[in-house]
Amino acid sequence: MADIRMRVNGSIEKLDVEPRVSLLDALREHLGLTGTKKGCDQGACGACTVLADGERIVSCLALAVQYADRDITTIEGVTSPLQRSFVRHDGFQCGYCTSGQICSAVGMLTEHAAGAPSAVTGDLATMEIELTAEEIRERMSGNLCRCGAYNGIVAAIEEGIR
Amino acid sequence: MDFLRPTTWADALAAKAERPEATPIQGGTDVMVEINLDKGRPAALLDLNPVAELRDWSSEDGWLRIGAGVSYTRLIDELGDRLPGLAQASRTVGSPQIRNRGTVAGNLGAASPAGDSHPPLLASDALVEAESVRGSRLIPIGEFYLGVKRNALEPDELIRAVRVPYADGPQYFSKIGTRNAMVIAVCSFAVALHPSRRGVGTGIGSAAPTPRRAPEAEEFLAGELDWDGRTAVPDETARRFGELVARAASPIDDVRGTRDYRVHALAVMARRTLGWAWTEYRGI
Amino acid sequence: MSIATGQVQGVGQSLLRPDGTLKVTGEFAYSSDLWLDGMLWGATLRSPHPSAWIRSIDVGPALAMPGVFAVLTHQDVPGVKFYGLEHKDQPVLAIDQVRYQGEPVALVAADHPETARRAADAIVVGYELREAVTDPRQAAFDPACPQVNPHGNVVRHQPVRVGDRFTADVVVTAEYEVGMQDQAFLGPESGLAVPAEDGGVDLYVATQWLHVDQDQVAPCLGLPKEKVRLTLAGVGGAFGAREDLSMQIHASMLALRTGKPIKIVYGREESFFGHVHRHPAWMRYEHGATADGMLVYVRAEIVLDGGAYTSSSPAVVGNAASLGVGPYEVDNVWIDAYGTYTNNPPCGAMRGFGAVQACFAYESQMDRLAEACGLSPVEIRIRNAVSQGSRLATGQVVDTPAPLAGMLRELAAMPLPGPGSTDLRALPGGVAQTTHGEGVRRGIGYGVGIKNICFSEGFDDYSTARVRVELLGGEPHVLVHTAAAEVGQGLIMVKSQIARTELGIDRVTIVPADTTVGSAGSSSASRQSYVTGGAVKAACEAVRERLDKLRAGGASLAEVLAAGPVEETREYRHRPTFPMDPVTGQGDSHTQLALCVHRAVVDVDVELGLVKVVELAAVQDVGRIMNPLALEGQIHGGTAQGLGLALMEEIQVRDGKVLNPSFTDYLIPTILDMPPMRLSILENPDPHAPYGLRGAGEPPTLSSTPAIAAAVRNATGLALARVPIRPDDIALAGSALAG
Repeated sequence: MADIRMRVNGSIEKLDVEPRVSLLDALREHLGLTGTKKGCDQGACGACTVLADGERIVSCLALAVQYADRDITTIEGVTSPLQRSFVRHDGFQCGYCTSGQICSAVGMLTEHAAGAPSAVTGDLATMEIELTAEEIRERMSGNLCRCGAYNGIVAAIEEGIR
Repeated sequence: MDFLRPTTWADALAAKAERPEATPIQGGTDVMVEINLDKGRPAALLDLNPVAELRDWSSEDGWLRIGAGVSYTRLIDELGDRLPGLAQASRTVGSPQIRNRGTVAGNLGAASPAGDSHPPLLASDALVEAESVRGSRLIPIGEFYLGVKRNALEPDELIRAVRVPYADGPQYFSKIGTRNAMVIAVCSFAVALHPSRRGVGTGIGSAAPTPRRAPEAEEFLAGELDWDGRTAVPDETARRFGELVARAASPIDDVRGTRDYRVHALAVMARRTLGWAWTEYRGI
Repeated sequence: MSIATGQVQGVGQSLLRPDGTLKVTGEFAYSSDLWLDGMLWGATLRSPHPSAWIRSIDVGPALAMPGVFAVLTHQDVPGVKFYGLEHKDQPVLAIDQVRYQGEPVALVAADHPETARRAADAIVVGYELREAVTDPRQAAFDPACPQVNPHGNVVRHQPVRVGDRFTADVVVTAEYEVGMQDQAFLGPESGLAVPAEDGGVDLYVATQWLHVDQDQVAPCLGLPKEKVRLTLAGVGGAFGAREDLSMQIHASMLALRTGKPIKIVYGREESFFGHVHRHPAWMRYEHGATADGMLVYVRAEIVLDGGAYTSSSPAVVGNAASLGVGPYEVDNVWIDAYGTYTNNPPCGAMRGFGAVQACFAYESQMDRLAEACGLSPVEIRIRNAVSQGSRLATGQVVDTPAPLAGMLRELAAMPLPGPGSTDLRALPGGVAQTTHGEGVRRGIGYGVGIKNICFSEGFDDYSTARVRVELLGGEPHVLVHTAAAEVGQGLIMVKSQIARTELGIDRVTIVPADTTVGSAGSSSASRQSYVTGGAVKAACEAVRERLDKLRAGGASLAEVLAAGPVEETREYRHRPTFPMDPVTGQGDSHTQLALCVHRAVVDVDVELGLVKVVELAAVQDVGRIMNPLALEGQIHGGTAQGLGLALMEEIQVRDGKVLNPSFTDYLIPTILDMPPMRLSILENPDPHAPYGLRGAGEPPTLSSTPAIAAAVRNATGLALARVPIRPDDIALAGSALAG
C-alpha cells in the first residue's frame, strides 16, 4: 500500500491505495466521489475525464499514486457556466457521460485559450483558431454520448463560450 | 505489485538495473489498459513521471531530441512545424485526453503494430536513445521493432529520448479508421521526402507483426522522382509506388479489418500521400 | 446551482430536466454509484464456450480464498431456477450445460471487487465442448441440426398472407443482412441488493421495468412478490438492453445467503455479455410493381437470430412481420418471419424492436424499385404511401392521421447543405487525413419508417399513477408517483408537465419510481409518454374532480387542503390490441403507429470506403409536442443510433464467440460522426392518445439507417445490401470506381 496525498477539488486528501489502483477507482471508491463515471476502463469513452492541474485526462488510465501531490478537479469541484448551458440545451439524456463531457469541455476551453492547436487542417502551428461548431466537435471527440445528444453538447458549449 | 518512483534519471536507470522486470510507465495510457483489463499484471511499475529531464526536448545539428516524457499534445504544439509527419500522426492518437498524457516513447515501449507514431518515425529515420547503467546507445528505428509488442530494448534499458531529424522535405501521415475520431488504426502509412539526399522514407502501421518500411517502394520512387525539374509524378509511377508499399505489408484479417482491405488501402494511402508531398515539394 | 423554471411549465413547453442539475454536478446517483457500509461485491463466472456440457464445478478453490463470503451455483437457487420475459427458459445459473458464450455459471461474494473476480476465476468448471449451432437458417430449416432449445430451434414463425397476385411487370429481388447491434449504454449493468429483516430483499437497480423484474426475481428467490421490493436507481442509458434481467437475481441470492448488502457492477467487457442485443437478420425480399411504380405485391422471408434464449424474440418477430412491408399500400403480401434459437449471443429488445431490420430491407427495395421504374426515390414512396384509411398488411386500418406523402414532400423540399470543403475536419476520415478530397463523392438518400407505439398483439398494456395534492409550507404541492423508469428520455419532465397542466399547480415533485405503486409497464416501445402520461393525466383529473367537489361551496384550494391531502390512483390502458392470426397474420395488432422520414447527405471516399455523414434531415409526426427540447433530443438520439447501425456498429460473432466486446472495437458514433440535423416536427393528433401524442423515441432509429445506406449507394453506385456498411464493401467492390 502507498500513502499519498492529493489535492482534490481544493481539499487535501490522504489516500492509502494499492499501486495498481487507478485514479478513477481512487476517486470513486476511496474518496466517495462518484460523480466521475466508469464507462469502459480503457480510455475509449471519456466518461471518467477529470482535470489534473487543469489539464483534462482520462482518470481510468492514470494510476492514483502517479498523481500524488497533484491537483485534481472532478465534476464535484467544477463550477462553470457550461453546467447551466448543458441543462438549457439538453446536452445529455441519461447523463452518464455528462461529468466527463463537462470536465472535458472545461479543459478544452483552457487548452484553446492557451493557444493549443487542435487537429485542424494544414498548418498545425496556426494560432488563432476559432471555436466554430466544427472545431468544438473536433476538440470534444474524446467523449462518447450514447444517447446521441451531441448537437445539444455543441450548442451548450457554443453558449458557454459566449 | 511494487511501485518505483525515482526522481532522477540516474535513479531510474539504477532502479531498472535492479528490477529489470519492472514495467516503465509514463502517461500510462498503454500500461493502464493492460492493468485494468487484467491482461498483464507487472511485478513492478517504474513511474518515470517525476524524472524532470524526460520532459524536455532539445535541438542539435538538425536533430530534435524528444524526451521520453513529452506528451503528444506538446509535440503537436511545440514541434509540429519541424516534424509535420510525426505531428500529423500524433493528432490521431486516441482522444485529446489521451494525447495530453501519452508519449511517443510510450508508443515505442509498447511496440504495438497499431501504434500511430511508428510510421512517421520509420519514414524519417529516427533513432531511439536507449540507456542503462551500462551506458547509452542509439537504436535505428528500423531495428527497433522485433515482433508484436516486442522491441529491441534490453531488460535493463529505458528509453531516454527519441531523436528525429528535422523534416528536410514534405511529410505526410494517413490513417484508416472506421469512424471519424478515436479509433485504433485499421492501417496507416507515412511518407517523407528527403530531397537533400534524394531519398524517400516510408512507414507502414497495423499491417504486419511490426511497423515496417517499404524499402523497395522507397528505392523505386527515389529513382523515379524528378528531384531537379520537379515535374509532376506520372500516374503510373504513383500507382507503382502504391503497389510496392502494399506489397511490403503482410496484414491479416482481424476484428478491425480484413487483409485485402488493408492491402488495398495502403496502396491508396501511399499514392495519395505521395501526391500531397510532391505537390508541396513542387511549391504549387 | 439551480435552474429557474419561471411560470407554470405545462405540456408543450421546454421544461428543463428536474434531474439536470444533479447530472451536471455529478450528484445524480447511478446504480453503479450506490454504496452501503459493510456491503460485499458480487462477481459472475461466465462460460467461455458457446455450447458445452458442464460435467463438474469445483467451487473449493474460490471458497478457500480470504475475503470470499459465498460461492453459489444453480444448486443454490432458492426457488424456480429459470426466468425470462416471455418464456421462463433462461437458467438463473447454468444447469448441466451452457448455450452461449457468457452464460452465467456461478456467483461469488467477497469483500473487494477484485477478490470477487479472482475467486470467480478460481472456480474450476469441467466443460465438455460440443458443436455450436451458429447459422440461424440452418437452425431453423435443417431438420438434422441439433436442437438448442428443447422446443425446437424456431422461436416463432409468423406468416402474413394477403391476396393472391404475385406477378408484376417490374420485379426486384434481393437479399439483405443486418448485423448484430448493441445498445452499448454507457452506464453498465449494476445495482445493490440489501437483505431485509423480513427475509426479503430490497433491490436498487437500473432497469426499464421494475414490476417485470419483480415478477421474475421473486419466484427464483422463492419469495412472495411483496418481499422483493425494487427501487429505480439512476439509469445510464437503456435502449432496450435493460428490459431483460442481468444482475438482479444474482445479487439478491448473494444478499440472502450472506446476510449482507451486495453490489454488482459489470465492467464494459462483461456488459457486452450481460445483456441481449439487436437481432441480426437475414432477409429475402421480392417486390412487384406496375411499370409506373405502384406496388402490386411484396414477398419476404425474414430470419431473426434470437440466440440461445427466448427473451423478447416472439414480439420482435411479430413486429418484423406486421411491419414488414413498411408504410406502403400493397394488396398482396406473403411474409414469413422467423425467430431462431442458436448458440449465438441472446438477442432481444433494442430501440426499434424488429421494425428496424425489416425497414432496412423494404426501404432498400423501394430504392431498387424506383430505379427499375425510372422514378425518384421520393416519388416512388409518395405514390405508394399509406394515409389515413389505408389498410396495412395485417388488415389493420390506419385510423389516425398518417400524412406520409406530405412528409416526404416537405423533406425533399428542405434546403441541401453546401458543397463539401477540403477542410480535413469535414472530409471522410477526418484529421486522420485519408483524403484531401480525392475519391470523395456526395450522395443523397431517403428512408421511411413506421413503428408501432406501445405493446402490441393483445398484451395487457397499462400504467399506474398515484397523484396527491397537499399543502407544504402553506402552498399546494403535487406529488406524482409512478413506477415508470426514467432512463434519460425525460419522462419525469413529461409527468411534471402533465401534472402542472391538469392541476394548474407549479410545485410538482416526482416521487422516485419503486414497486410500492402499481406497474407502469416498460420504458420501451416509445410508450411511456402515452401510457404513463395517460395514467398521470387520469389520476390528475380524478384529483381535480374531487377538489372541485370539495370547493363547490366556494372554499379556496388551501382551505380544502388544510383538511388533508387529496390523493387518487389510476390505471390507464390504451385501446386494446389483438393477436395476429397465426396463419394469415391478420389482426389489429397495434394501437398506434408512428412515422418518421429521413434524408441523409453523405460524402463517401469511394476508394477507401470511408464515410462522412454531412447532414441528416428528418420529418416526424408526433401528434402533439409535449416538450420540444426533449423531443428533439429523442430524434437526434434515435437518428444517431441508426447512423451507428448503418456505418459502424456490429458485434462480430464467429463460431458463437464475440470478437469485439470493447469500446475500442465495438465502435459507436462520436461527436464527429453525428452531423447537424434539420428537423420538421408535425402535430397531427391521434385522438385516441392523451393530448393526441405519438411515441417518438423509436421511429427515427428506423428511418435513419436506410437513408444513410441509400445515400452511400447513391454516392458509390453499389448495391450494399448489408449494414453496417464496412469500408471493404465499398473499397473492394470493384476497380471501376477508382479515380
